[in-house]
Amino acid sequence: MNFRNLLKIALRAIGNNKLRSFLTMLGIIIGVGSVIAMLAIGQGSKQSIQNQISEMGSNMIMINPGNRDKPGGARMSSSDMQTLKNEDYESIQSKCTRYASYFSPIVKSSGQFICGNNNYPSSMTGVSQDYLEISKLSVAEGDMFTYQDIKSSTKVCVIGKTIKDNLFPNGEDPIGKVIRFNKIPFTIVGVLTSKGYNSYGQDQDDVVLAPYTTVQKRVSAITYLNAIYASAKSESVTSQAIAEIEEVIRTNHKLKDGDSSDFSVRSQEELSSMMTSTSDMMTKLLACIAGISLIVGGIGIMNIMYVSVTERTREIGLRMSVGARGIDILSQFLIEAILISVTGGIIGVFIGVGASYVLKFFLHWPIYIQMYSVVLSFLVCTLTGVVFGWYPAKRASELDPIEAIRYE
Amino acid sequence: MEQKNKKAIIQLNSIRRDFQVGDEVVHALRGVSFTIYEGEFVTIMGTSGSGKSTLLNTLGCLDTPTSGEYYLDGVEVRTMSKNNRALLRNRKIGFVFQNYNLLPKTTAIENVELPLMYNSSISEEQRREKAITCLKAVGLGERLNHKSNQMSGGQQQRVAIARALVNDPVIILADEATGNLDTKTSFEILVLFQELYAKGRTIIFVTHNPELSQYSSRNIVLRDGHVVEDSVNTNIASAKEALTNLPKTDD
Repeated sequence: MNFRNLLKIALRAIGNNKLRSFLTMLGIIIGVGSVIAMLAIGQGSKQSIQNQISEMGSNMIMINPGNRDKPGGARMSSSDMQTLKNEDYESIQSKCTRYASYFSPIVKSSGQFICGNNNYPSSMTGVSQDYLEISKLSVAEGDMFTYQDIKSSTKVCVIGKTIKDNLFPNGEDPIGKVIRFNKIPFTIVGVLTSKGYNSYGQDQDDVVLAPYTTVQKRVSAITYLNAIYASAKSESVTSQAIAEIEEVIRTNHKLKDGDSSDFSVRSQEELSSMMTSTSDMMTKLLACIAGISLIVGGIGIMNIMYVSVTERTREIGLRMSVGARGIDILSQFLIEAILISVTGGIIGVFIGVGASYVLKFFLHWPIYIQMYSVVLSFLVCTLTGVVFGWYPAKRASELDPIEAIRYE
Repeated sequence: MEQKNKKAIIQLNSIRRDFQVGDEVVHALRGVSFTIYEGEFVTIMGTSGSGKSTLLNTLGCLDTPTSGEYYLDGVEVRTMSKNNRALLRNRKIGFVFQNYNLLPKTTAIENVELPLMYNSSISEEQRREKAITCLKAVGLGERLNHKSNQMSGGQQQRVAIARALVNDPVIILADEATGNLDTKTSFEILVLFQELYAKGRTIIFVTHNPELSQYSSRNIVLRDGHVVEDSVNTNIASAKEALTNLPKTDD
């Protein structure tokens, strides 16, 4: 018996019981639809978190002084530790160029900015010009300070939009203006492009960048660095870059093999994985719930196939007496089950995708439908048809034709 | 007898069939032997419990005998696998059942096509063509696309006979084929069987109604698993005549 004939027989059986077949399908439709919609919601929220992280510079590597991993003893906050020096920055800048590309020291100092009769409390970040690349910032008006400014510790700065709005509320051009930070005058050379708030609610425009040497010598009078930021050439080489940087700084600090580091190197990857793990968890949870509904749908198929086999016992007996082999009967019922589940699956895919877009349109939820989730749920529902259709079909194929044909 | 020159379609040689019911062994057939030749119209009779159902299942290759030999069209059936017996049924046997056993909500043509669906060597066009030919042969040329539930009992049985003919079997096995029909319709069906017999078909008609033996060419009577009578009927009554002589009040 060829496949086409079997398909014809199965289609007829479904056609003869349209309402029942549809109700059976409903379980699969809801199952597949919810799997797709749930995964779309989960993936969408993960995607939006990832986007926010990569806006902050996903290749970013942060080198902080001190080591939080070291157990025991009184612990100091990393901003109070003085283990990172300018030499560390200079040596990693010259030696760690294989996996990392941009390097910037970070020196922070907080205080009050004053311009005319306006003032605003914020902090000044001493950086090198690479900082723009590392943090994915750009200058909207004016220019970034130069290498020459760093070398000569010039009192210049680049300000964020929040600072500009607060110090120049009337919309004057801030370029060339002088603002005072802790009584020290700085000339504004540029204004950064606005980035808005990040995912933790921090205002990314509340920044003032100045040459790190200026902040070290003229503002804070220190010789150490609060941190060094670097940028890996790509996300995939982040761990190599970290290893290389650690190696160089350890050599600088004359640490022996067994000694623990007096600094720590971290990447955004950790942050990113931490942030996405929550939404991953949520995705998994949603997928589980949806998967359960798919299984319930499968049990629905099995149930109906059982009823169908019992109801059609005489038909099975007849088919056998006119020459159907066990395998023909098995295939017939299996194909019927698969047809129901696949048709349900196709409808479910459309409903799931449709529902996702409805959510996106009306509730503005971030939605991201991955091809794999569609393919996966489709495969799973086909498999459901095979698995749950198998047992009733097997039972049908093992009926004794003599008894089946006389079944009342 | 003249049959000796003809080809043997069925050869039974001391067929026994035992069933295990609980601790007891029930002997349904206790050594049945006969030979049926091409072109015979045989009625097999017996009261209930005589073993005629078991014999029919055996002849139809649905059941295998416990011992003995059964040759269908020269093929040894007893040692065959289940799948080969299915194939044999598909190619060599046509069944007609008491309760017609048509597929519900299915047209006459599709019902008749059924045995050919399990024969992949026959194309869709051939299948349809053969089904139409057989339906015309049983006088249902006008009702090709009627569904099984839209037909009378007699018409349904005609569809069933057409289905039994469609694979061009070496033998037609009818199990109480007139049992569910009224007298007039029963005779109509008998007329059809006699027509088939006249065309040279081999027919085995199992029944408990002794009146039917006069319309067949040979009569085998079973009792308690034995053949107690096997007689050739040289004076076959015409079912057509009987039909015309029926009282008109039946309508």
